[in-house]
Amino acid sequence: MATLAVEVRGVQVLYGQRLALDVPELAVRQGETLGVIGPNGCGKSTLLRVLALLQRPQAGEVYFAGERLDLGRGLLHQRRRLAIVFQEALLLDTSVYDNVVMGLRFRGADEAEARKRANFWLARLGVGGLERRRAKTLSGGEAQRVSLARSLVLQPELLLLDEPFSALDAPSRAALIDDLGPILREAAVTTVLVTHDRGEAIALSERLAVLIDGTVRQLGTPEEVFSAPASEEVATFVGVETIIPGRVATQVAGLATIETRAGRLETICDWPEHQSVLVLVRPEDVTLAPLNGPRKQTSARNVLQGTVSRVVSYGPLARVVVDCGIPIVALITHQSRLELGFAPGLAVTASFKATAVHVIKRE
Amino acid sequence: MDLILGGLGNALNLLWQRDPEVMSILWLSLLISGSATCLSLLLGIPLGTALALARFPGRRAIISLVNTGMGMPPVVVGLVVSIFLWRSGPLGALRLMYTPTAMVVAQCVIASPIIVGITMAAMGQLDPKLRLQMLGLGASRWQLLLVLLREARLPMLAAVMAGFGGVISEVGAVMMVGGNIPGDTRVLTTAIVLETSKGNFDTALALGLILLLLAYAVNLALTLVQQRRA
Repeated sequence: MATLAVEVRGVQVLYGQRLALDVPELAVRQGETLGVIGPNGCGKSTLLRVLALLQRPQAGEVYFAGERLDLGRGLLHQRRRLAIVFQEALLLDTSVYDNVVMGLRFRGADEAEARKRANFWLARLGVGGLERRRAKTLSGGEAQRVSLARSLVLQPELLLLDEPFSALDAPSRAALIDDLGPILREAAVTTVLVTHDRGEAIALSERLAVLIDGTVRQLGTPEEVFSAPASEEVATFVGVETIIPGRVATQVAGLATIETRAGRLETICDWPEHQSVLVLVRPEDVTLAPLNGPRKQTSARNVLQGTVSRVVSYGPLARVVVDCGIPIVALITHQSRLELGFAPGLAVTASFKATAVHVIKRE
Repeated sequence: MDLILGGLGNALNLLWQRDPEVMSILWLSLLISGSATCLSLLLGIPLGTALALARFPGRRAIISLVNTGMGMPPVVVGLVVSIFLWRSGPLGALRLMYTPTAMVVAQCVIASPIIVGITMAAMGQLDPKLRLQMLGLGASRWQLLLVLLREARLPMLAAVMAGFGGVISEVGAVMMVGGNIPGDTRVLTTAIVLETSKGNFDTALALGLILLLLAYAVNLALTLVQQRRA
């Protein structure tokens, strides 16, 4: 078990009467990047501000390396153990260099050491040589890199990232995410990344916490969270688009058939017979083929027939909704959409493997 | 036209020859308005910052008071300060009436609301997240305050200019509480009033020109500082 860098226990934050955050326990391991994902208004940023000691929760405690933090007198000292990067770069109207060494100057650091660290981290983030530029003249991507450097020079015990890529245009965003992954791993800095973007979270996090309505609904590796969401809400947030209610008809050593309105589905799960369940299928796991087209051999256990009811294009991919008694959503490439002529009204088969299905208990 | 040209010539002559009386008036004006501006900054910056950043009971009431104060007629300030400093007034025992100190007090009352108001606006227009960011980088309260003031330095210079400009050119209050005593409480504006009422237009114009040049010089200096830092 890795050592815990940061823990929150029994943390509750109220906005008026509303319980905005209620986290009985959440721990970040030493050196890991924990992604906190969830829809807008789920309490992610509140959690981050609590971790950053910028907001005092109405109840609960924060621990650093096992030590309970005194949120009163020693607050400044404790706050200097961490660093935070927001969605906006929030650079001061001065030179890039002065911005990067700002936190070190707050701590009264030696100027030579500050210069050394600033040069190192600016170069590491790909913005070396901009030291003398006025910060306000930087592009969005450059500014956010400087903002990250400003935090990393502090060598914080905990790095907090609050939607750090959301304000960037798509190319700068992709480039920064690519660069940041190795940097965080090399620096082995314990990081909490708050984002509403699933892609960012997967790209950078070792573990994910799914926060919905102020509570942690699931905590696990990105793989676990995305392929085996713990509840319908988590499933919806992580992009499961087909959710089929049903009841376990037969159960033989983990191979279960489930009776649904779309017919019997074969799945891998341990739920007992007669259990009421929800069958979850990710759109990328569904294969579509025209009913009258050339028959392809498929190993998929579940093959449903239906008609295309909607096709929405997202650039290289298209999202296709097939009515099979219940709506089943599939993602296909733009190319196969054109080649196979997917359009509303087309009769198709939708197939998915038993292993691609995740089954949860219906509450 | 002769009146104006003669006045200009006379003014330049007085300046060129460093006329002792003019110099004393100029020096006194600078001293009184400079002190009043500095004191108002000491008072106005903390108060303006607190009003912009903190939330406390009575904040709104103070803000509307400040807004009213920004447009307060100097004559009324002169009246109120006079009442307070009058021999039989609440602060009469201090014997400040008709002294430069009384003039500084009156000018402070005029300049402070202006500086509070502009500080409040300057600090209020900063991104509220900047505070969180600076605290998140480990700034102490004082470091945060300095960083924010530095970040708002352009509008803050405007506060200095507006405060100083307001009091150096003000005449009603200083006349009432200072009394326009030669060599003691006679400043540029009160001297101009006096010379004009005596019909000495050339001297009045000379002093007016000095006042204009002074206001221009201060603004130029501040603008240069602004441009260098920006």
